[in-house]
Amino acid sequence: MEQHRIIDKQLEVLRDRILLMGGEAETALQRAMRSLVDRDSDLAREVLAHDDVIDQLELKIDRMTIEILALQHPAARDLRFVIAAAKITPILERIADHACNIARAAIELNDEPQLKQYVDLPRMGNRAADMLRQGLDALTKSDAEAARRVISMDKEIDDVYHKIFGDLLEIMVNDSTATARAAHLLFVTKHIERIGDYVKDICELTVYMAEAAFIKHTSESA
Amino acid sequence: MTPLSQLDSSVKTAENFEEKKPGKTAKPAVIKISVADLNFFYGKTQALHNIALEIPEREVMAFIGPSGCGKSTFLRTLNRMNDTIPGARVEGSVKIDAKNIYAPGTDVVNLRRKVGMVFQKSNPFPKSIFDNVAYGIRINQMARNKADLNERVEKALTDSALWDEVKDRMKASAFGLSGGQQQRLCIARALAVEPEVVLMDEPASALDPIATQKIEELIVELKKNYTIVIVTHNMQQASRVSDKTAFFLLGKLIEVNSTRRMFTNPDQRLTEDYITGRFG
Amino acid sequence: MENAAIENQSFAGADVQNSRGKRQLVSSIMTTLTAACAVFAIFLLLAILGYIAVRGVASLNLQFLIDTPKPVGEGGGIGNAIVGSLMMTGLASLIGLPIGVAAGVYLAEYGNNWFGKIVRFVADTMTGIPSIIVGIFVFTLFVLPMGRQSGLAGSLALAIIMIPIVARTTEEMIRLVPNSMREGALALGAPNWRVTWDIVLPAAKSGIATGAMLAIARVSGETAPLLFTALNSRFYNFYYDQPMASLTVQIYNYATGPFEVEWRMAWAATLILMLLILAINIAVRYLTRKRF
Repeated sequence: MEQHRIIDKQLEVLRDRILLMGGEAETALQRAMRSLVDRDSDLAREVLAHDDVIDQLELKIDRMTIEILALQHPAARDLRFVIAAAKITPILERIADHACNIARAAIELNDEPQLKQYVDLPRMGNRAADMLRQGLDALTKSDAEAARRVISMDKEIDDVYHKIFGDLLEIMVNDSTATARAAHLLFVTKHIERIGDYVKDICELTVYMAEAAFIKHTSESA
Repeated sequence: MTPLSQLDSSVKTAENFEEKKPGKTAKPAVIKISVADLNFFYGKTQALHNIALEIPEREVMAFIGPSGCGKSTFLRTLNRMNDTIPGARVEGSVKIDAKNIYAPGTDVVNLRRKVGMVFQKSNPFPKSIFDNVAYGIRINQMARNKADLNERVEKALTDSALWDEVKDRMKASAFGLSGGQQQRLCIARALAVEPEVVLMDEPASALDPIATQKIEELIVELKKNYTIVIVTHNMQQASRVSDKTAFFLLGKLIEVNSTRRMFTNPDQRLTEDYITGRFG
Repeated sequence: MENAAIENQSFAGADVQNSRGKRQLVSSIMTTLTAACAVFAIFLLLAILGYIAVRGVASLNLQFLIDTPKPVGEGGGIGNAIVGSLMMTGLASLIGLPIGVAAGVYLAEYGNNWFGKIVRFVADTMTGIPSIIVGIFVFTLFVLPMGRQSGLAGSLALAIIMIPIVARTTEEMIRLVPNSMREGALALGAPNWRVTWDIVLPAAKSGIATGAMLAIARVSGETAPLLFTALNSRFYNFYYDQPMASLTVQIYNYATGPFEVEWRMAWAATLILMLLILAINIAVRYLTRKRF
């Protein structure tokens, strides 16, 4: 029986805002990667400028979750949703921050000749963007199964991370002129790896929201 | 998955949604009721001390406070229902649309039509459902003919979300309805005379949770057209439905604030103690 | 082991069992006593009604109901007495009920002051005045100036007896209407008189009707006030300005006469009087039944 409660409209708005913010984070990541791979510093600067919007969204969502908790007293599923929203928002903001860091690195690297063909890096970046998109999808649908699948994707990111790490280390050892650029690329790789971990956190919160199960720090989230 | 473009527009409605709750409002609110220096006495006992308050139009204002704090007494001064109590005395002014309702020569009967009231225990008349709603219309001669009367009764019952449940038994006794339905009938009866303000004295305190929820949704719907003042001892109810809240204690007004601020960060320590359950 | 012992005890314990038995005994005794009193009271009433019915039915026939009184031995009846009683009780009600109800309404709604206190006191006193004094009062102030007894004077006397009774019971019934109902009407913009007329009176109407019934029944059985005011008559009289027969006075005459045939007619007349009152009672109860 569908009752139209006062809280329903507010939960709907909250859900839409989270998705909006997720979409913004995803876009930021993709553009940051493209600014690196296509060596487009203008694009990178756009990413940096746009970060303000994402920060403002975070503040809005924060205010909203507090208001819903204080005034509407959600219970059970609604409560888990609002709590999950409150915890996911800062994670998305940090993902966007990492995207900004990638963009900054791109600006630095684009001033210098390209170190090598980017093969693994864009692959890793795409993987991370996929993870983010699928994670947000699972969040929208409250799909704990899908969330668990996304968690398992992180392994691949970690594997690629180790591979790139090894390759870049070799370059740095063999070619001293390339050290600075290689270092930047190392950091970019680290940012992408961190983004993968953050998406895992989002998925754990999705499982909590759907099943009231805390899988953080358990073997499920290894 | 919602495409980003559609999300943008829903966020825009969210902007409107936020803007409606005053905090940093865009448009100034029109004040419907303005109370100044109000003191109220039952014989020698003073029940209200120096109340000053403004109630904006087409919003819901809630009065909260522990038992005996004067909130119901104050509510009843707004439509001069306290006049029926022997020994009741009012000092100060209550202005509705800038006209003092305690000025000598005020038409109290007309005042009570424009400022309707719903009581804690529903009090339908021992008449049929139709006659209950039609009573106010009839005595105020508001209907031109039978068809007009039927229309007005139907509208009042629709506006109080009761029409579908009673449309097939309009001639049945009002006492055959459930508690929640009776209360909505009393609301319909009050709405039928086209008031501008609706006062509600703990309207849901005698009802079960489902009936209470229906009344709360109704209140949120009604504020589009009426100014609503609701007394409630249930703080959660106040936080759910109201735009502004006023906290009373021992006959004094301690604080009045937007509901959002009242329940997240009130100005007065006393208010915070009450809301967090440290007393009362 | 322990558990079995505990299970065999009752919840309340052993010594409480004893006083429980005593309590039940006292309770049974009192219940029986009060029931017996109720039965006795009803029995008394039924006995009276039954006795009257048995004695009265013997002399009852259609002729009796239509004829006027005739000299002993020629039969006769109480036709004019029935008509006279109805006429005078009717007029008395027409005068007494509206005044009584209105007074009761005033006392209940507006009478919370010194004036109301005085009126209430006077009304209560008047319900205890011997009715013959009312008769003398009307005789002095009405019959003497008019020059003769009349049905009108009789009706007036009955009305004066009715008014305080009706006023006080009306007031009590109106006070029983919950204030919440009044407030509901006031809050809709109803002036005070409308609240009283549309809401309070209809809500109290069965109680008021019961009070009216009591008053009518009381005055139907009054003899003394009619003795000086309406006198009696041997003829059918449909005009109020002449002496009028009444069942009560006629019964009095028959019962105090020396002839046994008259006594039998007195029984029959008493039965008729009782049936009349019963009929009025039933009619009023039916008309004011609770529809909501």
